[in-house]
Parts: sequence; C-alpha cells; structure tokens
Amino acid sequence: MTGLEAKIPEGPLENKWESHKFSVRLVNPANKRKLRVIIVGTGLAGASAAASLGELGYQVDVFTFHDTPRRAHSIAAQGGINAAKNYHNDGDSVRRLFYDTIKGGDYRSREANVYRLAEVSLNIIDQATAQGVPFAREYGGLLDNRSFGGAQVARTFYARGQTGQQLLLGAYQALMRQVKTRTVRLHTRVEMLDLVVKDGRAIGIVTRDLVKGEIARHSAHAVVLATGGYANVFFLSTNAKASNTTAIWRAHRRGAALANPCFTQIHPTCIPASDEFQSKLTLMSESLRNDGRIWVPKNPGDDRPPEQIPEIDRDYYLERRYPAFGNLVARDIASRAAKRVVDAGLGVGPLKNGVYLDFADATTRLGRRTIEERYDNLFEMYNRITDEDPYLVPMRIYPAPHYTMGGLWVDYNLMTTIPGLYAIGEANFSDHGANRLGASALMQGLADGYFVLPYTIGDYLAGLLNEPPVPTDDPAFGPVEDEVGDRVRGYLATGGSRTVDWFHRELGKIMLDHCGMSRSAQGLEKALSDIPALYEEFKTDLRVLGTGEELNQALERAGRVDDFFELAMLMCVDAREREESCGGHFREEYQTEDGEALRDDVGFAHVSAWEWTGDAARPEVQNEDLVFENVALTTRSYK
Amino acid sequence: MNVTLQVWRQKGPGSPGAFKTYQVDAISAEMSFLEMLDVLNERLVNQGEDPVAFDHDCREGICGSCGVMINGRAHGPQPGTATCQLHMRRFPDGSTIVVEPWRAAGFPLVKDLVVDRSAFDRIIEAGGYISVDTGSAPDANLIPVPKTVADTAFDAAACIGCGACVAACPNGAASLFTAAKIGHLNLLPQGHAERWSRTERMVGVMEHYFGSCTNHGECEKACPKEISIDFIAMMNADFLRAKLANRRLAAQYR
Ligand SMILES: Cc1cc2nc3c(=O)[nH]c(=O)nc-3n(C[C@H](O)[C@H](O)[C@H](O)COP(=O)(O)OP(=O)(O)OC[C@H]3O[C@@H](n4cnc5c(N)ncnc54)[C@H](O)[C@@H]3O)c2cc1C
Ligand code: FES
Repeated sequence: MTGLEAKIPEGPLENKWESHKFSVRLVNPANKRKLRVIIVGTGLAGASAAASLGELGYQVDVFTFHDTPRRAHSIAAQGGINAAKNYHNDGDSVRRLFYDTIKGGDYRSREANVYRLAEVSLNIIDQATAQGVPFAREYGGLLDNRSFGGAQVARTFYARGQTGQQLLLGAYQALMRQVKTRTVRLHTRVEMLDLVVKDGRAIGIVTRDLVKGEIARHSAHAVVLATGGYANVFFLSTNAKASNTTAIWRAHRRGAALANPCFTQIHPTCIPASDEFQSKLTLMSESLRNDGRIWVPKNPGDDRPPEQIPEIDRDYYLERRYPAFGNLVARDIASRAAKRVVDAGLGVGPLKNGVYLDFADATTRLGRRTIEERYDNLFEMYNRITDEDPYLVPMRIYPAPHYTMGGLWVDYNLMTTIPGLYAIGEANFSDHGANRLGASALMQGLADGYFVLPYTIGDYLAGLLNEPPVPTDDPAFGPVEDEVGDRVRGYLATGGSRTVDWFHRELGKIMLDHCGMSRSAQGLEKALSDIPALYEEFKTDLRVLGTGEELNQALERAGRVDDFFELAMLMCVDAREREESCGGHFREEYQTEDGEALRDDVGFAHVSAWEWTGDAARPEVQNEDLVFENVALTTRSYK
Repeated sequence: MNVTLQVWRQKGPGSPGAFKTYQVDAISAEMSFLEMLDVLNERLVNQGEDPVAFDHDCREGICGSCGVMINGRAHGPQPGTATCQLHMRRFPDGSTIVVEPWRAAGFPLVKDLVVDRSAFDRIIEAGGYISVDTGSAPDANLIPVPKTVADTAFDAAACIGCGACVAACPNGAASLFTAAKIGHLNLLPQGHAERWSRTERMVGVMEHYFGSCTNHGECEKACPKEISIDFIAMMNADFLRAKLANRRLAAQYR
C-alpha cells in the first residue's frame, strides 16, 4: 500500500499557501510548450484548469463526453458562490469563511486546504467578473450578496438563479479562447474509460469516441480528472443524467485511493417524485429557505388542503427544534428532520412524500413584488413541473441525493496516490469534510482549476523536463486498451432480458434505503448482500442492443452502471466502518438522546482512504489523521 | 393516457431516414416528455428494437442538450420551455405527436434525433469571450456596472446554446445565438475593449456555417429562454460600426 502523505506545508495557517507557492518549482515558458497535460472534464474545475494551463503555455488535451464543454453538470448550479470579500461590512473575513467551512464539514476536512480555499475565494470573484460573468448588482452598480444555507454573513455572490451557468460560460469562453490559440485541443463526445499507469506514474488514458465507437490511446506528462461527483449511484438525484463515477472508479482500480466515499449530501429542498417513471429530481434552490417556512400537519392523516390547516394544527418543526437557525439549519440537519416527519406519517402531497415550504407569511410581510423579484424563476420552474402555483399553495419539497463529498484522495497539491494523476472539483474529496455548505462547490471547483492546480502541477512537471511523453505504442497501453474493448463487447454480448436503466433504478433503491440519509450496521450488511446479488444478475441478464461502432447511449450507460455497482459496495463498507455520525453520515446507533448526530473525535477524526484489492467488497483502508491546530472541535449546534 | 408517436429514425448521416409510428399507452400525464421517451425506449428494448437516440442531460432546461421538433415546433408547444421541461399534461389524451431532429444545414445529423451543433463552439471560439488571463483581474468592485446594463447583459447571457433558434428559422440562420453572446459581452464595460473585433469575427464565422437572417422572428418564439430579437438589431448595428471602427483602428497603424 502507498503511504498517505498529505504534504501540508509547515508554518502558520495564514502563511502556508503563500510559502508553498514560493517553494514549488517553476517551469520556464520554452519548456512549458513541451509538456503535455490531459484534462478529463469541462465543468467548472476542468474548464478553468484547461484555460489556465493553456494560458500558461502548456499543451493541453481536454476531454468531455458532452457534445460541447458548456453542457457540463456545473451549468445547473443555481444558488451562488461564496467568497470572503466582506463587501457588506458584516464581519466576514477569510478566517470566518475558513471557520464556517470547517465547522460546516463537521470537522472532517483538512485545515490547510480549507484555509487556502477561503483565501483564493477572493480571486475567483475578480476573475469571473473580469470575464463578464453578470453577477447580481445593486443600484449603485456594485456587486450584491445574499446569505445562504447555514451562514450568518452575506457572502454569496449570485447570478439570478443561474450562477453555475454563468460561471461555467465564463470558464468555457476562456477555454474556447485557448482552443483558438491551439494551446488546448478539445475532444468532445469522447469518454475516458481507463487510466494508463507505467512504473507507478499516470501516463495517459484510453477513450471511446461516442459517435464512431473508436477506442483510442492518449498520452501526456500528467493526467487531471475533473469528472464531477457520483450522486447518481442513487439513480434518482439532482445531478445531470450522465454524471457518473467511471473516470474516478477506473483510476481507483489502477491504484488511486478513494477517500470517504460514504460522505454524500442529501439536499433538503427538492421536488418530490411524482410517479414511478421519475427520471431525476429537481432541486429548488436553498435560498428559498431564507423566506419560506417549513411545516407539516401536526396530526397524521390530516388531509385538509394546506390553507385550511390552522396555525395550531401545523408543526414548524425546524423552528421548533432549532430556534437559533430555524429554517436555515445546515443541509444535513434539515434533510434528516424532513425524513423523520415523513417517516412518521406526516408527509404531504398525493404520495405523502413531501413537506411544505410556505411563502404566505413572507408574502404578507414583504409584499408579492419582493417575493417575485427574489424567486420568480424558481417559482416558475416549480409551477412548470408540478402544475401548482407556489404563490397560492405552499411548495412541496423533500430531500434528494445531491453532492458527494467523498472522492479521490488528494494531497495538498491535489495529486492522488498515483504520481502524475490529479483530481480537482467534485471528483476529489478535499475540502468539504462530511457535509458541504451551500455555495461552496462552485468556489472549490474554480479555486482548484484557476488558482491551485496551475501552481502545484508545475512542481511535478518540472521534474519531467526533457522527457517526451510515453509514446502511445508503449506496451503499457496495449493491455488497458484490450480490457476496455473487452468490457464494451461484453455488455453487447450478454444478451439478457433487462435494460440498463432497470438495474440502475434497482441499485438506487438499495442505496437510498440503506446508505442514504440514515444508516445502520444491519442495513449496510443487507445492502452488502443485496448489491452483489443484483450485480451478478447485471452481468448475466443485461440486454444492450445495437453495436459498439455507432452512437449507442445504452451501451454508454452500461459501462457507467457497471462501475456504480462496485462503487456502491465501497460506499457501504465505508459507511459501515465509520462508527459515528458526522455531517451527512448519520448512523442510527450513534445519536444523542434527542436524535442529533453523535460524533466520535477520538476514534474517527480521520480521512478513510480506500485502496482497491481486486475484490469490491473487501477493500483495504488507510487513515489520514486530521490535525486541528486552529479550531476547537465543538459539537455543531444550530439550536 | 395514451399517445401515438411518429418518430424520425435514421441510423447515421449516410443512411436513409424515415418516420416510424409507435403507440405509447398507459403513461402518466405527470411525466415529462423525455420520461415518455424513456418509457418508449424501455419498451423498444424489451421488444428487441433499437432505442431512439436523443440528447439530454440536466433535464431542467439549463444545459441545452435536449431539443427536438415536436409537431413542427422547436421544443414543442409551450412557450419559453425546453423539451426536457415539457410535460405530457400539455398533450390531449390520444394525441398523435410528430418528433423530428433539428433540421438545419449547420447542424448535420448524427443519429435519430441527435444532431451535431459544434458550429456553435466555432462561433464562440472566434471571439465570444473577454480576453483576461487567470490572475490578471482587478478587484471586482473596481468597475461599477449600472444595474440595468448588467440585467440586460444577463438577459442575453441566459442563452443555453440548444440551437432551437436555428431549427426554427426558415433560413437556418444562427443570428439569435450569435447576437445573444455579442450582446452579453458588448454591453458590459469589461467587454468594450474587444467590442468591434469580436463582432466582426463572430459574425464572419456565423455566416460561414449558417444561413442569413431575413428577420422572420421565428427564433425568438422558439427560444426556451425567450431571448429578444432586439439583440439581433444590436448585433447588426455593432457589425456596421465594427466595419468602420476596425478600419479606422487599422488606419492608425498605417
Ligand atoms: C442542481 C444543482 C445545483 C447546485 N447548486 C450549487 C450552488 O448553488 N452552489 C455551489 O457551490 N454548488 C452547487 N452545486 C454543486 C456544483 O454544481 C457541483 O459540485 C460542481 O459544479 C461540480 O463541478 P465539477 O467541475 O467538479 O464537475 P462537473 O460540472 O460535473 O463536470 C464533469 C465533467 O466531466 C466530464 N466527464 C465525466 N466523466 C467523464 C469521462 N469518463 N470521460 C470524459 N468526460 C467525463 C463531463 O462531461 C463534464 O464535462 C449544485 C449541484 C446541483 C446538482
Ligand atoms: S436536458 Fe438540459 S436543457 Fe434539456
């Protein structure tokens, strides 16, 4: 097993990044032109990294399975992006953003990484604004902010309800500018299906062209995975349909450790499923909790329409249980509370699978005009999906899988346990601990891509001057390409009776029941016997029609679902071994008397980094102990 | 509810295509249009027939992947709505629905309902950006932008790049797409330095791939983000001025 070396720089927290930047080796411009970097993914992390490395003069090859880089899942982010600008003089600072993020993550992330994230948050807003990202502005023409899930200062920058879209377009445009200057070569509708490692270093990837089916080899001095999260392991999630784990899972099988895979975020405000054909769940921005009040009827079986239920028969359960934060408690807390009331039979809506998010009081207090200004696009989206008008009837919401804090283990330089392989954005595990705060994923993706990786990758590449990339006819590529081809042909040859989506849906149900918002040793054991059984069926009873030499979307999904199966087992093992409750990971056995999460800082203040052993149900683990020198570990309280 | 679909099936760019009729029974009115296609595909595979290929990803109207002609209209009957946001409750029980790919010379067919929209990337590449290298930006509040300007720039920036404007245009023109990006960047003070060169270059590439605009206005009606054709007027004005401005700039260096 590889030793875990986080490579956190010495010195006081405030100086670590500054002094690290000074100590890394630089590459002169003439040499940069000879160094090749592969980047997989064009979301916020991948597009910003590709643009920045191209500007620096490296030769970049960037890959996406989408038809254009602008379609990456990042496009869907709604609410906003955090930065410690303190433009509003309300007491924000780098230190406070750092503190809130560490605390929000329930003390399961690295101090040094999080501090750096808070520091570079300032540059991100400057960069995006200069690119023309149309952030919301006040009448004086300066930037506006709002406060967002769990924060007591207004530090969230936003662009209507389309912050991710606008930030991604900024990064995409910067990327296309480099494509024009030929520093970046763009490969669209091409999917990475494996990683190539030689003498312990990442040297390239094997891909499949999704239109022609051609399997190809690509080599480089370093490989960067910016391939996003894996919440689609639950089938129903807020993620885009194609988001998947293949890139990081294949890297894991080639030796990269996967950290905290069970840390998933279930977002509290999504539209509940309407029927068994539901294909994905739609997020309603968390900003709605700033003005909406969450409630359920006090009595099970109260079928009156919401407006006819008098105050006395309503339970505003978040306000009741968490008077200090009320409806603005952190996501994991809000989600579990909703599950609890729905499980107790208090759910609302035709399928009794939601809770109310009510704007009646806010409309009376602020007037309909203000509510329209703040939320009109969200209300319209809700109306379009449910055919109900939230100006008249309360919204119905329920939690849904949304984000995965776990991911490839990376050191302070964002390098995985395979030298030369980097992971950035949601694909790594780095900054959010056991729970991610709202508006901080966009911040992390762009921090990694614009401001961290461009420095740290130079240090590695500086060691490879005068070495051409390993040629693609090197013997290291052959077996990997053969394996990829066998896998693709295998799905087509199975000739069974069930579709890929059927298997995916069934896997999702097992995961949601046993490895979702609430977990127990018993449930996880059950999942660990049900998943392999279903996986066996997948291998023998899958039906994929058509050929491998054409656009074949079911074939693409087969490979992704195959990898989800193995990842699901690892998630359950990780959840079983983490015998504490922290952040989004709630173990029923570890809770306080009033049902709050019970963390165990003596036994579990560490990162669990798992290594592939060849048997998905029996991985090996190494722990990276988390050292807290600047914050005191307290119990998160929103009461 | 039950519907009858007439779907365009075509193996690839070189193969012949034709409509095929499918009866899709026992679906729910609460389903989205794409969920209905999922059900069709699930049933087709169970019967041993190739599923229908269509592009989609976010399924919430923001990524711009989806988009088909539904009964002759880009993205179907509901204004301001992408195909993925359309629900079956918009169709009467028992309807016949004709489903085709975007048809435009600038968007070659890939398979069934999937087309190649990469010409849009070429237009952006030509100048749809503000040239600012990472790290060189001044503090974000250094340049105030009047709220009305920022808001109008946003209206244009809301484009999702789906291509409905091109598909709806009788000439297969890409003016609304191009104008939206030019409008977004040219309105903002940050974008002024490259205003004239950007306009000239983007319009040039647009004309290389797509037809000419003759002001039909179909694009605006089809746009799922309801982007106004006023931006086309702005683009045309800027294009004329760019011709002059760029020449004058060049003259300074003579
Ligand atoms: C509905 C929604 C709303 C959100 N709102 C917010 C918000 O308001 N604020 C916030 O901070 N965060 C938000 N998030 C989270 C945030 O959007 C994501 O975490 C973030 O955008 C992930 O960016 P990324 O660059 O890491 O990956 P992604 O954007 O997921 O990009 C992944 C890229 O990798 C490519 N790819 C993946 N695998 C392969 C492969 N094998 N081969 C080739 N290409 C591949 C894809 O094509 C894509 O280009 C939201 C998330 C959702 C789902
Ligand atoms: S699937 Fe993304 S816009 Fe329709």
